[in-house]
Amino acid sequence: MTEPYSEQVNIATEADIVTARQIGRNMARQLGFGTIMQSRIATTISELARNIYLYADSGTIFIEQVERDSRVGLRITAADTGPGIADIRKAMEDGYSTSGGLGAGLPGVKRMMDDFFLESVPGKGTRVIVVKWRNEAGGGDPG
Amino acid sequence: MTDYDLEEQYARLLRDYREGKGEAQLYGAQQLGKQLLARNVSPEELADLHGRALERLGPVPEFVRESFQILTEIMIEYGNAYRSIHSWRSRHQQLESEIAVASAMQQALLPQRLPSCPGVDVGLVSVPAKQMSGDYYDFVCHDSHRFSLAIADITGKGIPAAMCMSMLKYAIDGLGEMELGPADILRHLNNVVERNLDPSMFVTMVYGRYDAAVHRFCYATAGHEPGFLYRRAEDRFYDLEGRGAALGIAPGSTYEEREVALEPGDCLILLTDGVTERKVGRAYFQREELVSYLQGEVGAPAQEMANRLYRRLLLLSQFELPDDYTMIILRRT
Repeated sequence: MTEPYSEQVNIATEADIVTARQIGRNMARQLGFGTIMQSRIATTISELARNIYLYADSGTIFIEQVERDSRVGLRITAADTGPGIADIRKAMEDGYSTSGGLGAGLPGVKRMMDDFFLESVPGKGTRVIVVKWRNEAGGGDPG
Repeated sequence: MTDYDLEEQYARLLRDYREGKGEAQLYGAQQLGKQLLARNVSPEELADLHGRALERLGPVPEFVRESFQILTEIMIEYGNAYRSIHSWRSRHQQLESEIAVASAMQQALLPQRLPSCPGVDVGLVSVPAKQMSGDYYDFVCHDSHRFSLAIADITGKGIPAAMCMSMLKYAIDGLGEMELGPADILRHLNNVVERNLDPSMFVTMVYGRYDAAVHRFCYATAGHEPGFLYRRAEDRFYDLEGRGAALGIAPGSTYEEREVALEPGDCLILLTDGVTERKVGRAYFQREELVSYLQGEVGAPAQEMANRLYRRLLLLSQFELPDDYTMIILRRT
């Protein structure tokens, strides 16, 4: 077991999205997640970072190892100071976004992760926090 | 079956196919596909499974192994779409059950009994094209020999039309107590509809009052498909003429009242355009053709005539009912 650690990436360009994905994937691998789950974590980071890149002036992706009740997981926090999401229920509806627009992939992210938290204040910004817990097999089924 | 068994089975299938390249293995693959779906194996998991099964068969070139990373990344998006089907399905089921409740509520708004007055025989067939109907009809008995009736067609079908229908019902119920004539009823209804309905929607209606003491039918029309008047003495059908704008088109529309007297054996046939608008083969059904069908059934009691016409017209359009269908027949006995 490696020491708990965390990394933060400021998201301003698409290259930053790639960097965040890479860091997330490496951390997932080190934590013992299987290959599919590594990819799902990278995809989750992609989606959250893209929302920042497309809709907010600035924002960060914060990735950290977490432990609770002897379980180990990876927590990803996406925070921005963008326009916020006017209708959160709508953004969480499947099919709300068809071409990678606002709320792109949020329902998909929610399903791929175990814990999902979203708060958004119009005009102030949005914060999304997700956690994926590692199960014994090192994978985890999104159900 | 465990994941390991699945991998084993998949690897065996691959091996057999490499050795035999037979249709039997491809059939096996198709059947395995069904099993994978039943077990909710996602597209990305399948890509991974394929890669692992390949490794079991022998050394895999490094680039081939790495290529599965690309495939997996892409398949995750397909996986998201696949997983969203479950939530779509449950939302769909919820909507279906809500519509079933709404449909029952709508049925409750329609009169459960036909008027019975001496000397006049009433028949009705009303069938929605979908679960919710955009056709509306109503009967109100005033006393032992007088009743009013309404037949209406709301633009569009389904839920929006059904919501409009309930508004019409409440408005007519409110007006019914005021003993207004048909033209005044339509004038009031037009104001209600015009104020409350989406501008893209409107309602066509015939409202009439039948007096069985003198066998006269006094009615007014709001843009509705003309009904028919059958004169037994001449054995001929006439259009039941009427002029007036559909409800909801313009504020302040006025309507004219007309009156017809029925002799024994004469019939009034009121209908919505679901009766006439149907395709027969590649051609559209003509109003003149409907007359020939009416002619064939005109001697029967009103309800029997309505039932038979519905069945014959349904057969004619190969059991397809593209629009809500309503027909009311009044027959002086």
